[in-house]
Amino acid sequence: MTQSPPLATVLVVDDEPQVRRFLRAALGSAGYHMLEASTLRDAVTQVTSFQPDLILLDLGLPDGDGIALTRTLRGFCQTPIIVISARGREDDKVDALDAGADDYLTKPFGVRELLARMRVALRHQSEPAGAPEPLVLEIDDLTIDLVKRMVTVRNAEVHLTPIEYKLLVLLARNAGRVLTHRQILKDVWGNAHGTESHHVRVHLAELRKKIESNPAQPRLIITEPGVGYRMKEPVKP
Amino acid sequence: MIEDEQRPSPDTVLARITADDARAKRAKLKIFFGFAPGVGKTYRMLQVARDLVVEHQADILVGLVETHRRRETAAMLLGLDILPKKKVAYRGHNLEEFDLEAALARKPAVILLDELAHTNAPGSLHEKRWQDVLELLDAGIDVLTTVNVQHVESLNDVIEQITGVRVRETIPDSILERADDIEVVDIAPEELLARLREGKVYVAEQAARATQNFFRRGNLLALRELALRCAAQRVDQDVRDYRAEHGVAQPWAVSERILVCISPAPSSARLLRAASRMAAGLHGQLLAVCVEATSLGGFSHDDQQRIESHVRLAEALGAKVVRVSGNDLVKTILAHAHEVNATRIVLGKPGRARWRDRLRSSLLQRLVEQSGDIDVHVIRGDAAEDPPPATPSPTVDAAHTKSFNAYVAALLLVVITTAIARGARSVLPVPDLEMLYLLAVMFAALRYGRGPAIVAAAAAVLAYDFFLVPPYLTFAVADARYILTFAMMFGVGILVSELTTRLRSAERFAVTREQRTAALYALSRTLAEQDDAPAIATAVARHAAEEFKGSAAVALTVDGQVGAWAASPIDASLAHDHRSLANWVAAHGRLAGLGTDTLPGVGAIGAPLQVRDTTLGTLLVVPRDGAPLLTEQKLFMEAFCRQAAFAIERVRLTQATQAAAVRIQTEEMRNSLLSAVSHDLRTPLAAITGAATTLRERSDLPAATRSELLVAVCDEAERLERLVGDLLDMTRVESGGLHLRREIVPMEEMIGSAVGRLETRLGARKVTVKSASQLSLVYVDAVLFEQVFVNLLENAAKYAPVDAHIEITTSHVGDQVVVTFDDDGPGFVPGTEEKIFDKFYRGVHPGVGGVGLGLAICRGILTAHGGTLTASNRPSGGARFIVQLKAASLPAQGSAT
Repeated sequence: MTQSPPLATVLVVDDEPQVRRFLRAALGSAGYHMLEASTLRDAVTQVTSFQPDLILLDLGLPDGDGIALTRTLRGFCQTPIIVISARGREDDKVDALDAGADDYLTKPFGVRELLARMRVALRHQSEPAGAPEPLVLEIDDLTIDLVKRMVTVRNAEVHLTPIEYKLLVLLARNAGRVLTHRQILKDVWGNAHGTESHHVRVHLAELRKKIESNPAQPRLIITEPGVGYRMKEPVKP
Repeated sequence: MIEDEQRPSPDTVLARITADDARAKRAKLKIFFGFAPGVGKTYRMLQVARDLVVEHQADILVGLVETHRRRETAAMLLGLDILPKKKVAYRGHNLEEFDLEAALARKPAVILLDELAHTNAPGSLHEKRWQDVLELLDAGIDVLTTVNVQHVESLNDVIEQITGVRVRETIPDSILERADDIEVVDIAPEELLARLREGKVYVAEQAARATQNFFRRGNLLALRELALRCAAQRVDQDVRDYRAEHGVAQPWAVSERILVCISPAPSSARLLRAASRMAAGLHGQLLAVCVEATSLGGFSHDDQQRIESHVRLAEALGAKVVRVSGNDLVKTILAHAHEVNATRIVLGKPGRARWRDRLRSSLLQRLVEQSGDIDVHVIRGDAAEDPPPATPSPTVDAAHTKSFNAYVAALLLVVITTAIARGARSVLPVPDLEMLYLLAVMFAALRYGRGPAIVAAAAAVLAYDFFLVPPYLTFAVADARYILTFAMMFGVGILVSELTTRLRSAERFAVTREQRTAALYALSRTLAEQDDAPAIATAVARHAAEEFKGSAAVALTVDGQVGAWAASPIDASLAHDHRSLANWVAAHGRLAGLGTDTLPGVGAIGAPLQVRDTTLGTLLVVPRDGAPLLTEQKLFMEAFCRQAAFAIERVRLTQATQAAAVRIQTEEMRNSLLSAVSHDLRTPLAAITGAATTLRERSDLPAATRSELLVAVCDEAERLERLVGDLLDMTRVESGGLHLRREIVPMEEMIGSAVGRLETRLGARKVTVKSASQLSLVYVDAVLFEQVFVNLLENAAKYAPVDAHIEITTSHVGDQVVVTFDDDGPGFVPGTEEKIFDKFYRGVHPGVGGVGLGLAICRGILTAHGGTLTASNRPSGGARFIVQLKAASLPAQGSAT
């Protein structure tokens, strides 16, 4: 692995040595360069000194809250952050995502899942801010023509309400990334209905009926329980 | 056979063992018994005490010893531990008393207490010193004490005959029986007189007075004989006990049982003492019965009081007192006598021939005639003690008799009748006029009682004669026939009045009884409604305050401690001495206060609430009029307390049972948890460790084996994660502090998400989801609620075969959203449809992992959301779960477009 340059530099912030050990092996073998920090203070130093491409952040740290760190980091850099936390702490995840984290992973997680999330995060990051958007978004058999505002599933046109269309485009643009209910509300409805997540749920259910081949077992838009939704990452041809 | 006869029966031996046992444990009472003051009882007692100190180093405390300024006696006290006397102020005098509380607190092995018959100063805990002694013995302290023969209750009137002095301070015979040892301290009367003259007994001027009265030689001789006889009887008793114990054939087969009848007549006291002596002489048992004749309508208030004192006397004499009631005195007495196997009945001889006794063909005679094999003893009643003839007979209602107005009214009635009769004389025939008078007499009897009725009858005869029988306005009678009419008229008048009075009394009696029964019924009903002890205490206090007319308070005894008071009326405050009364009652489990021997001056009655000798609480009643309760009321109070105690016990038992059930459940939970943790968590760990170590040690494994082991590690780790997740979920659901983050969520979204998550685990099992045409919105915590479907699917993945078909149908029934969750697997073992929701319950299918929490968690979540989860077997085979929850509707505010 030493001959080819690393894909990216990843900072792992976790106070558990076992987790860092396992990640060192996993990330190293996948071609990443890994930095380690076990405290918040350490993490900030590492970020400022080495400017990693991605941060894996455990929420429970001995000297403070991972959410606070997310906010601090977002103050001066846009480095993608993937939050790692245990099941049952959905609120923390949502808070971290709303604070600017890009994605989350629930402990325990598999290496494949981790690498997929990292890839998505790094890809969204690598898209330059001012770059021209693609005119057509394709996810499996779903096609969204952003110019014609036309949506087709398996080549058949689907009629969506304006809200459903906005919802779909938002999710599709962030394919592979989780979006919280609040982020969706803010983007689709504006700030007016800050907490009324049922708007999102109801419209999403309608949207699913129109674009999913089996709305009862959705495959395109995945529910992240208690957090939000995630559009499936398009399969690379 | 002869040996057999002499061998004591097993019962006797058993009784002896128990008695020996009890005697060994219980404190000892030794009485130094003398025939007169100055014989040297105190000196002898101190001598014994000193020996005990010297020989056994016994812990001896001098509770109270009267030296009467005798120098020798005072010298004996030197070096002994003396308890300071308690100073009691009473009517300006400073009295010095034995300090019972201090003695109990000091708790010596042996205590010395002079003059057993002493009466304590008013306000003391007990009225008499012998009661103090009993309490000391109860506390396990041996007691040495002294007493003279003239204080023995059963000898009281014999002593009076001998000495002419009525001794007021007496001790019950029962305490002599309680004594383990009686030592007679005896000197010759001459010697006693000599000591008296030398001033060794009393100081000079007291001695002179005493010699003239009490210390006459004749008196002393008689008293000495009595003392020796009394002690000999004791010795005799001991010998008999010994004989019984050691199988020495007894000359008498059955012991005598002497039944004495108590009445309100003052002569009853004498009767009781005589019967007691007879019982002692015959080595028999003394029984007493108090008969309340219902036909006579119960006793008047004064009679009740007298009966009360007689009952107390009987108890002091060691008699077992029973109160019975019946219509016929003779039959009731005899029935009771047969019931208790009495061998003799002792009755008082009527002091004076009363016309009513004659009228009733003498109760005595009937009793003798019907007594069969029971001996009847008739003992002289004391005429001097009989009530004056003016005192109304016991059966007349006192309130009416006392009222002078009743007589006036009765006479007035006759006057009015006469006026009417005079007016109607010309219209009505003479016999009808007689009827008119009878009517008046009957009315008088009904209205004013027997006395006025008799007066009315007499007046009626006279008025009839004077005004209506020719020659008019004179008592002379022309026709001799009228004499018979007068007699009949008077006779009928009396008879009618008697019958009417009886009827009234019987009715009143029935009414009282009925009221009591109703009161008890009301109490029991109130108590049945209460399910905690403090509420019962409050209810009992309220009822007691009503029934006993005053204020009442109840305190429960918890672990031997008197708890808080529930008073009625609520603001009734408890005086300090009421509290000490209650504490005494709670500690001793006996009635005390007004009308008893213990703390009679407190002005309140304390009764224990007891069930089988366990005191559960104390009832304190402060009567408004401050009068002690009559026996009848006391019996009622006993019943009242018993009922209350049962209710308290019921509640306590229920609570104990519940606590035990909770404990058992907790215990079971813990065991299940331990087994879950030890087994279910260790199994995957063992698999992981095994696979991982194999991979580490053996680098030469074929690729297939390596990947198999790796898959095992991943699977087991996943299983471990699920177990931990279940345990955490269960804890959250169980701990009660489940915080629901409720939002309006479509049921479809949660089902879809759950199916998606379980996809790999379900493998080839086919899942069909059918939704209603309309979205099924529910107001739930989405994360928790999704777990319900995840767990149900996991359950299917565990129990349904690999090719099973799972069908999830959402529908609307009324305002409910119903999700039916069917599979075509093996279903449940019939009868376990509810059990599967128990924690740690696992199906009987072998080889299925899991701790048995999944379904319990599901039900916990549904319950927290106000929904239901039920299980059943499908008619076509397979399991069916039904999730039901109230549907939610979207807020009106525009969400569409």
